[in-house]
Amino acid sequence: MNNAVKTLTNGILKENPTFGLVLGMCPTLATTTSAVNGMSMGLATMFVLVCSNVVISLLKNVIPDKVRIPAFIVVIATFVTMVQLLMQAYLPGIYAVLGLFIPLIVVNCIVLGRAEAFAAKNNVGLSALDGVGMGIGFTLSLTVIGAIREFLGTGCVFGAHIYSDQYGMLIFVLAPGAFICLAYVMALVQKLMK
Amino acid sequence: MALSLTSIALVAAVALGCVYLFTTEQIEQQKQATQNAARVAVLNGQEGTPVEVAVDGFGGTMRVMVGFAPDGTILGYEVLEHSETPGLGDKAGSWFKNADKPAQCIVGRQATGQFTVSKDGGDVDAITAATISSRAFLKAVNEAYAQFQQENGVQVEAASCASQMTQPKSEIVEEKEANNE
Repeated sequence: MNNAVKTLTNGILKENPTFGLVLGMCPTLATTTSAVNGMSMGLATMFVLVCSNVVISLLKNVIPDKVRIPAFIVVIATFVTMVQLLMQAYLPGIYAVLGLFIPLIVVNCIVLGRAEAFAAKNNVGLSALDGVGMGIGFTLSLTVIGAIREFLGTGCVFGAHIYSDQYGMLIFVLAPGAFICLAYVMALVQKLMK
Repeated sequence: MALSLTSIALVAAVALGCVYLFTTEQIEQQKQATQNAARVAVLNGQEGTPVEVAVDGFGGTMRVMVGFAPDGTILGYEVLEHSETPGLGDKAGSWFKNADKPAQCIVGRQATGQFTVSKDGGDVDAITAATISSRAFLKAVNEAYAQFQQENGVQVEAASCASQMTQPKSEIVEEKEANNE
């Protein structure tokens, strides 16, 4: 039981994908133009993480060691494509914004990293929990970065106007703002964790 | 080794096929719904013709739908698809219909097929810091108008159009008239 709690919280705090492991920077930088976008990307990644962790944990004894990476990628890519199709069908608004980045989840280091480092060595239950924990951690970090960038750049948080967008610093919505924001939040998290 | 990888790939393919079959119809419906909603929105509840065009924007293809009244007045427009910079070029969806700022608003104006941004000597204010996106957008509106004229053979005061534009247009009108007879 203790082990389960530890696995779940590991991804949220100690080994937070963005601030602890520093994996999956591409979607982190690219999709966090607003809080909603960041959160949607995080949730989509979480879905893929949980599914792939479970399936890979189930298959870990069947997959020969030599072809494990291609096998993992096939499993991950399948789930990513499923997410893409389902999102396109039922959440067209979010798909219009994130569509370009969804296929990138396949090569997201977190998903393959957790498959290799955790799911391939642990049982199904723990692997699922690891996926949930990592997913929550990733979602939280993306939402926080997205909210800060949206707030500084456009004066909104989750689309709700806080101050007039005339005073927004546009750079925070653009690419440089992603780097600046990520760096400051990461520095702060590192400081607090110590 | 090969066998296990093959079987994993096979299972994955079958699973994907199922999801694809399951979602195709819904995806198609969504696209149709967006299209229809835009068709209604660009006409602003008035009589007219929606015209859809695609041009190259700053970041990729920009698909715009423009609604024209029979006399060529722009009733409204929607940006259906774009890859412009968030926060800059993507404002095209609302910038050119802001009725409070007549210098940038094209809705309600008589289309000329010659819209250009102020920077290029035109009379439409470009989106702040997104001149290229604005040029692309106005190009789309101009192309839509050309298409609208072609389809309707509408006679607009030639004075407002450059001579190069009048030439092919009048030919089309003549063709249409010939067909009617």
